[in-house]
Amino acid sequence: MATDLLDATFSALADPTRRAILARLAAGEATVTELAAPFRMSQPAISKHLKVLERAGLVSRGRDAQRRPCRLEARPLKAAVDWLEAYRDYWEESYQRLDALLAELREAEE
Amino acid sequence: MSGRGVVVSTPTDREIVMTRSFDAPPRLVFAAFTRPDLLPRWYGAQGWHLVSCDLDLRVGGAYRLVSEGPGGERMAQSGVYRAVEPHTRLVLTEIFDEQSYPGETVITHEFAGRAGRTDLTSTVRYATPEGRDRVLRYPMARGVGESFDRLDKLLTEGFKSDELDS
Repeated sequence: MATDLLDATFSALADPTRRAILARLAAGEATVTELAAPFRMSQPAISKHLKVLERAGLVSRGRDAQRRPCRLEARPLKAAVDWLEAYRDYWEESYQRLDALLAELREAEE
Repeated sequence: MSGRGVVVSTPTDREIVMTRSFDAPPRLVFAAFTRPDLLPRWYGAQGWHLVSCDLDLRVGGAYRLVSEGPGGERMAQSGVYRAVEPHTRLVLTEIFDEQSYPGETVITHEFAGRAGRTDLTSTVRYATPEGRDRVLRYPMARGVGESFDRLDKLLTEGFKSDELDS
């Protein structure tokens, strides 16, 4: 996946309101009005957050002109998780070599 | 993510904390991190290995590591030791020769002994939160974003309704 999109995913997830929106959408589609309801925040403010999520590809909007319901898009999240795994693997691979070296050092001492 | 050794978290927007346990006492783990004959035997991953390792292990002493990648490409990082407490704690600065984000990164390794084992806690602190954005473009280099632990939580523990109150 493009690193720009990955950046967008991570930045989008960095905000608690946007994570809350995603959390709400994980339970099913919702309109902006429905999304704004639990927050002490105006609809335009929520719309701004939605735009960030849309740009990151985490949310899509329905075609229905009246409602335009928002939907969670899981694919970028999967890419972010894959990235996370790769980061862990990077260090884990190195540390497993360190495990082997430490075992050798311990044996040498005995 | 249990079953994997390294655990990563991001307590602030500039820091990454990694923890890992090793089946050897702190003095051996500390040696592996600080001896030029040992460091090249494990440091680096994904086809990268150290081809040069110079270090002057004392407070204010400099080090320089050169790594070679799978295609023969080279990458160098250097810095200064800020704290050297044998078998306990090591603090060093780090800057890559061709680094795309500003400032020095400060790395603190803490080696905690526990029944013959070592719990290593490594804190990587970037000079600016913005550095994180740049680092994210090079996921295999060295870094991760501030949303890391949140993402982890979000995906491993599921979406919690209490986030709606935040």
